Amino acid sequence: MKVRVHVTLKNGVLDPQGKAIGHSLNRLGFAEVGEVRQGKYIELELAETDKAKAKARLDEMCRKLLANTVIENYSIELVG
Amino acid sequence: MKAAVLVFPGSNREGDVAHALERVTGRRPQMVWHGAGDFDKADLIVIPGGFSYGDYLRCGAMAAQSPVMAEVKRRASQGVPVLAICNGFQIAAEAGLLPGVLMRNAHLKFVCHDVHLRVETSQSLFTSHYHGGQVIRVPVAHAEGNYFADEATLNRIEDRGQVAFRYCAPDGTVDGAKGSDANPNGSIRNIAGVYNEGKTVMGLMPHPENAIEVMFGGVDGRALFEGLVEALA
Repeated sequence: MKVRVHVTLKNGVLDPQGKAIGHSLNRLGFAEVGEVRQGKYIELELAETDKAKAKARLDEMCRKLLANTVIENYSIELVG
Repeated sequence: MKAAVLVFPGSNREGDVAHALERVTGRRPQMVWHGAGDFDKADLIVIPGGFSYGDYLRCGAMAAQSPVMAEVKRRASQGVPVLAICNGFQIAAEAGLLPGVLMRNAHLKFVCHDVHLRVETSQSLFTSHYHGGQVIRVPVAHAEGNYFADEATLNRIEDRGQVAFRYCAPDGTVDGAKGSDANPNGSIRNIAGVYNEGKTVMGLMPHPENAIEVMFGGVDGRALFEGLVEALA
């Protein structure tokens, strides 16, 4: 099955890259853009058909490597 | 003192720290490749600076999961001292050996210049040849040195005296203002280096190993290695 993982910075953690992107968009004339937060998108191919098992394994992968939970949140989406 | 210096694909300061150790101890340290599950007994383990694994995913994240780090974690839990410099600090933080995390510099620029550090305490293996409150001058060279931890963690490490160094003005003033001249990267509470709970593991972003020769602009880093030699001889 295919899995999508989104890793984002926790609220309250400074995101200078997001800020720089926001400033650039404002400068390009996109005045409606307010706060920008940058994250990561990771796509995985998983040899597993059981959704509950896949979710549990992904949870472990996120905690061990894909995200640093000191500063980041993650969300897991099983595409099937 | 027998030292071991870890080498990852993308490390680049391992030679500098090996030179510093040899100058001070008279012995060449063993160099340990990242794939090694085991290595000779060492009184000190050094995780050097560089860009291990190309800083993929997050700086230090891949190296923290390498075979050699599993062994380092095992030895650190038995009390073997670990000195983690720059990328080494990022690796040690990712490996959970030290509290907090190193993020992208607040101004998004690579910084490469001398900084002043206030030695917070002389009561450690690493700082016994300094005195508490002493100001030293050493270089930094990094893009991801912006120390961060949540408020509860910061209060806990402050209470336990786990802050090793803070960025400061030449007179030792720590103003704490982000982006000020004294703080090169936006580190929270100006933190430049921290200890683990037992103060046997120390990580710092600046490079004391590059401040040991007069010819290269300063010798303030030398006392760190001399203190280690005395403590671990």
